[in-house]
Amino acid sequence: MSNANWPLWEVFIRSKQGLSHKHVGSLRAADAQMAVENARDVYTRRSEGISIWVVQSNDVFASDPSEADSLYEPADSKVYRHPTFYDVPDGISHM
Amino acid sequence: MNKNLFEYLLRLGDDSLIIGHRLSEWCGHGPILEEDIAMTNMALDFIGQATTIFEYAAKVENTGRDADALAFLRYEREYRNVLLVEQPNEDFAVTMVRQFLFDAFRKPLYEALQNSSDTQIAAIAEKSLKETKYHLKHSSEWVIRLGDGTEESHEKAQYAVDTLWRYTDELFFENEVDAALQAENVIPSLIPIREEWQKTVTDVLTEATLSIPQNGWKQQGGRTGLHSEHLGYILAELQYMQRAYPGMKW
Repeated sequence: MSNANWPLWEVFIRSKQGLSHKHVGSLRAADAQMAVENARDVYTRRSEGISIWVVQSNDVFASDPSEADSLYEPADSKVYRHPTFYDVPDGISHM
Repeated sequence: MNKNLFEYLLRLGDDSLIIGHRLSEWCGHGPILEEDIAMTNMALDFIGQATTIFEYAAKVENTGRDADALAFLRYEREYRNVLLVEQPNEDFAVTMVRQFLFDAFRKPLYEALQNSSDTQIAAIAEKSLKETKYHLKHSSEWVIRLGDGTEESHEKAQYAVDTLWRYTDELFFENEVDAALQAENVIPSLIPIREEWQKTVTDVLTEATLSIPQNGWKQQGGRTGLHSEHLGYILAELQYMQRAYPGMKW
């Protein structure tokens, strides 16, 4: 049996309550149900998660790497966008 | 020692051990990477179940034999697994149909065993049921996919059903061991479990467009230690290290 014709799926796992789903990898499966089960077997066997999302890789629309200069570089010179200019009062922890 | 309880634990443990071993034979040979891992996960679930069951059986027997000795140092006729679980993997369809026929039996069995008057058995059943529900879901979906798939996959799945059907009757084998344990509410009657098995199997095979063999010849023997020729080969592989290097650990 070959799975060459099965679509590729991107797998997202949520590790515990309150955290967001994170991309963990991809796999092939005939449909969404099989993708979730395969993801369960491949990516959660060491108790990595409590929730799985799968998305067909075809449905992911990505930014173009050749546009990286115009998309991301302009932000590099805008240091004022980082909240680093505030004085943090003494006694405030977890900042 | 409670001989009936020991005997029953061997049935449970040997079914798990042998089907777990069969699944482990797929390790590295799965049809796709994801399914290879899935089958290996299931194999480990079953070996884990067998370990817990044999640990309890060793305690019940109380002769100094431990779980490893029960798993690795008995002779063929001392194994109590059903013939179904020792049947060869052949191809993926045979393996999945075998798994499905067994999981469909194990799920209602564990559900009922959760209410055992023996708290150890109830605890083992409760833990194993979670794994078993997933196994059944996995194997059912594959049976449906294969049966209701391409012409070739349908043909292979139907062959698997036809070949393995004769071994299904033995899942519901009962003798005086069961009667004694049922009287103490240690184990359930297999009659309602058979009804549920029948329903699951009929539903899934119908959805899979596979036909259910009508009656026909039934084969039994495993529960009383009379096995098919396949178990000997399994044991040769399973026991080789402990026989060649007694007491070895790694």
